[in-house]
Amino acid sequence: MTSTLRHWIKSFTLFELLKGLSVTGRRLFSPKVTIQYPEEKTPISPRFRGHHALRRYPNGEERCIACKLCEAVCPALAINIELEEREDGTRRTTRYDIDMFKCIYCGFCEEACPVDAIVETRIFEYHFEERGENIVTKDRLLAFGDKHETMVAQDKAADAPYR
Amino acid sequence: MDFVLSIWNAFPEWVQTVLVILIKIVAILLPLILAVAYTTYAERKVIGYMQVRMGPNRVGPKGWLQPIADVVKLMFKEVILPNKSSRFVFYLAPVLALAPAFVAWSVMPFQAQMVLADINVGLLFILAITSLDVFGIILAGWASNSKYAILSAMRAGAQVVSYEIAMGFALVGVLMAAGTMNLSGIVEAQSGGITHWFVWPLIGLFLVYFISGVAETNRAPFDVAEGESEIVAGFHVEYSGMAFALFFLAEYANMLLISALAAILFFGGWLSPFQGVDFLTELPFIGVLLGNGIHWLLLKTAFFIFLYLWFRATFPRYRYDQIMRLGWKILIPVTLVWIFGLGIAIALGWQPWLS
Amino acid sequence: MGFEQIIFYLLSAVLLASAVSMVTVRNPVYAALFLILAFFNSAALWVMLEAEFLGVVLILVYVGAVMVLFLFVIMMLDINIDVMREGFIKYLPVGLLVAVVVAAEMVMVLTNKSLHIPKPTPQPADYNNTEVLGEQLYTYYVYPFEIAAVILLVAIIAAITLTHRKRPPSTKSQNPSDQVKVKSTDRVRIVKMKSESTGGD
Repeated sequence: MTSTLRHWIKSFTLFELLKGLSVTGRRLFSPKVTIQYPEEKTPISPRFRGHHALRRYPNGEERCIACKLCEAVCPALAINIELEEREDGTRRTTRYDIDMFKCIYCGFCEEACPVDAIVETRIFEYHFEERGENIVTKDRLLAFGDKHETMVAQDKAADAPYR
Repeated sequence: MDFVLSIWNAFPEWVQTVLVILIKIVAILLPLILAVAYTTYAERKVIGYMQVRMGPNRVGPKGWLQPIADVVKLMFKEVILPNKSSRFVFYLAPVLALAPAFVAWSVMPFQAQMVLADINVGLLFILAITSLDVFGIILAGWASNSKYAILSAMRAGAQVVSYEIAMGFALVGVLMAAGTMNLSGIVEAQSGGITHWFVWPLIGLFLVYFISGVAETNRAPFDVAEGESEIVAGFHVEYSGMAFALFFLAEYANMLLISALAAILFFGGWLSPFQGVDFLTELPFIGVLLGNGIHWLLLKTAFFIFLYLWFRATFPRYRYDQIMRLGWKILIPVTLVWIFGLGIAIALGWQPWLS
Repeated sequence: MGFEQIIFYLLSAVLLASAVSMVTVRNPVYAALFLILAFFNSAALWVMLEAEFLGVVLILVYVGAVMVLFLFVIMMLDINIDVMREGFIKYLPVGLLVAVVVAAEMVMVLTNKSLHIPKPTPQPADYNNTEVLGEQLYTYYVYPFEIAAVILLVAIIAAITLTHRKRPPSTKSQNPSDQVKVKSTDRVRIVKMKSESTGGD
């Protein structure tokens, strides 16, 4: 009996509706969490896996020795490598393509690389303007690595103690 | 000025009358359309703020030009006619949805003597005109040749017809208290300060009126006719471009209408809450603002629009059987009991709010 | 010919045209739309006759409620127009007979001398049709009015009892009233238990 009466009073005073309204009403004045993207950005971890880059040794020689471990480990079959032996007897790639549409940014290539040649940088803001540009060639990967070498080196150094 | 007057006097009298009426219609409709545009902006802003977001803030300063950008976008979009649909009815439906939403504003009193058509069955006229809104939805649903659209039309039809009864009863209470169906007369009957407004004696009828008003306009939490999650967008799935914009316009014009009516019928319309407190209304400068005037009507209407948005940000959508139960088993009995009580009170002469 | 007469003939012409189209048009939804147009025009004619209450109520009740339900039913029916037209010739004589009878009655009524009432004088602008109608209905005609109301109530209850039957127990249905009354304690039993493990790992 009392529970029926309580139910009636509760329904006809719209108690639960007012409770819900008060929640949203309070949120109306609470500080907003939106981040205004191009002007503001969230902090990024040094482990962030974004656009790929091929690194060089300090003397300017490219690191990649065409061991094809990255190609083998790539779950999305995004990496395509062809190789040739140079006159000085070293193995180097003649072709190192990454299809950015296939790539799932898992970072396995970076894990597999014995010489830290292929890395994923923290850069995620890039775009393609023409068809075919999604297949990033060796020249572009090397150029990308040259451009952002200081940042990549810092990120790898920051993450080194945990590897 | 004399030149303009001489041209004006050159017209025959009936042309002058028609021109004056046309100018009045434009003077009502233009602000109305602008208000609709900025209600959409307010909706996105308010709901955004309640969800701890910012809402649109990119187009123009603080996003003020967002509705203009939306309108331009909609105008340049193609209107697509679905296959095997009824061409005439498909294009007629948005017009049928919009026309009643605009026509009802013709009897709306904005201030004392400031009304386009001061007819003595104003309340009944508004009830009749708002009952026509559903045709736009039903015909759109039928003409679209789409399953989602026809399901939505069925839902909207049943819902609007059910809630119209509760709404009509709530309005009967108002006209019993006021003793007139003329909207200006209803406002005048509430003069004498905030305690004389009809909300206090008719609080239950006001709640029923506003709940069924939300249901009539197919707004959240009664928006089963749109039901994005189950029937995509309901009756306007197949509409694009300007035809869709007309539905949008109609929905928001109806929201504004229900809000303005709530202000007029229960909250004293253009009357100031400080009416009768002479030392306030006789203050220099502020006295004009604190006295009666159209700004009070706009303020009250804006408050009810805010309630609409607040409801949408808060409540989850009702299930269909719950909507029918609320309409038939709760709202209608509540109004009947309240009207009965009101009738007894009037017969016994207990009308403190009318003196 | 005055302004009022022009409007009268315009409305009457549209009324007749839409009434004829309503019968002749093939698509039932279009027929319903023409019926709505006819209602609108007759409401406008009533308003011209200073019966604004009746005009508005015609729109409110017939267009706003009855026609919505009509459209509702028409849209859900799968009407085969060819089958509908099959009996046209068969029923034509009966239809013609009815039409002739109706026309004859109309002529008899319109030519009857006793029905020639002088044109009523127009009422002043502040004349309230609604109030007069209400007074008449609740004083002179209170018994017919109440009897009509009771008959309608009986009809409503009869219609409900005819269609309302108990559902077989196999159908699954929900009762919103019961669902609303549910409290958390009806659904979940919270059991307090002592933690089994002693100390950390």
